[in-house]
Amino acid sequence: MRPDKRRTSDLADEAKGEEGGLVFHPMDQFLVKPLFGDGPVGMFTITNVTLWMALTVLCIIALLVLGTRSRAIIPSRTQSVAELAYGFIFKMVEDVAGKEAIKFFPLVMTLFLFIVFANFLGLLPMSFTTTSHIAVTAVMAMGVFLLVTLVGFWKHGLGFLGIFWISSAPLILRPILALIEVISYFVRPLSHSIRLAGNMMAGHAVIKVFAAFAAVLAISPFAIVAITAIYALEVLVSFIQAYVFAILTCVYLKDAVSDPHH
Amino acid sequence: MEGDIVQMGAYVGAGLACTGMGGAAVGVGHVVGNFLSGALRNPSAAAGQTATMFIGIAFAEALGIFSFLVALLLMFAV
Repeated sequence: MRPDKRRTSDLADEAKGEEGGLVFHPMDQFLVKPLFGDGPVGMFTITNVTLWMALTVLCIIALLVLGTRSRAIIPSRTQSVAELAYGFIFKMVEDVAGKEAIKFFPLVMTLFLFIVFANFLGLLPMSFTTTSHIAVTAVMAMGVFLLVTLVGFWKHGLGFLGIFWISSAPLILRPILALIEVISYFVRPLSHSIRLAGNMMAGHAVIKVFAAFAAVLAISPFAIVAITAIYALEVLVSFIQAYVFAILTCVYLKDAVSDPHH
Repeated sequence: MEGDIVQMGAYVGAGLACTGMGGAAVGVGHVVGNFLSGALRNPSAAAGQTATMFIGIAFAEALGIFSFLVALLLMFAV
């Protein structure tokens, strides 16, 4: 433990005061603040995280409810997007997790839509990226991990442990492989959540770093071009990370529903 | 004075931890490069394997993200 342990906000204040430093700290945008007043953040405080999560859910409802309200044969643009998203995820669950896992399609669809909308809303200027917090992504990743474990044991009983015992490997290697498999199984929720949070946090911090450089006259044209380019990259990364989260959920579900002794 | 050395160590460690991201970059590049060379040999089979490529990217990237996490922990938590 460092003796002068400082919080991010103190670091941010310090960065503002330094001569020649950044105008604002790039990690400022990830501070969780109460929406009303300046009190401490408790379990039931309405914060900016609450606001942006609610907006995410509202956007998903708007897309799916309003988009599919008319049910036109020739779909409108909103309806096309809703249908494309549905078909895209349905095909992914079917291809990656297999036919038996199709009953988990609503879960994967919910996770994908929530993450993709949270990521895209986080790209709006002055907004807050809820998925950049490990607290948010860890809940989703732990949920998937517990679900996979419970479904695996419920479907196969103790035979589920067979996923750690790779019968195609030479006998002498199997205990070593079993150890590696057990470790990689329990590291799953960690990597699953940190991948999303880390990508979002790093990408948005990079945008903010270049945004701070835009105030320095000598390099501002370069900084503005760089922000534009990195923003385009972030739009791509936002989608790909939601896709990766959903596809890994499918991969994990495949372990649970398919025969462990294949 | 003692505290300063600890802090310096934490910052140097955070910088060193970031070299792990280079390894993740090599890994992701290797996955995509091999996918592309395979896809150009047999373009008809490529479309069905993009999901596998993304899974490979995700696993290669996870370890780079771990090094980023170590850097963040050293910066803000230790």
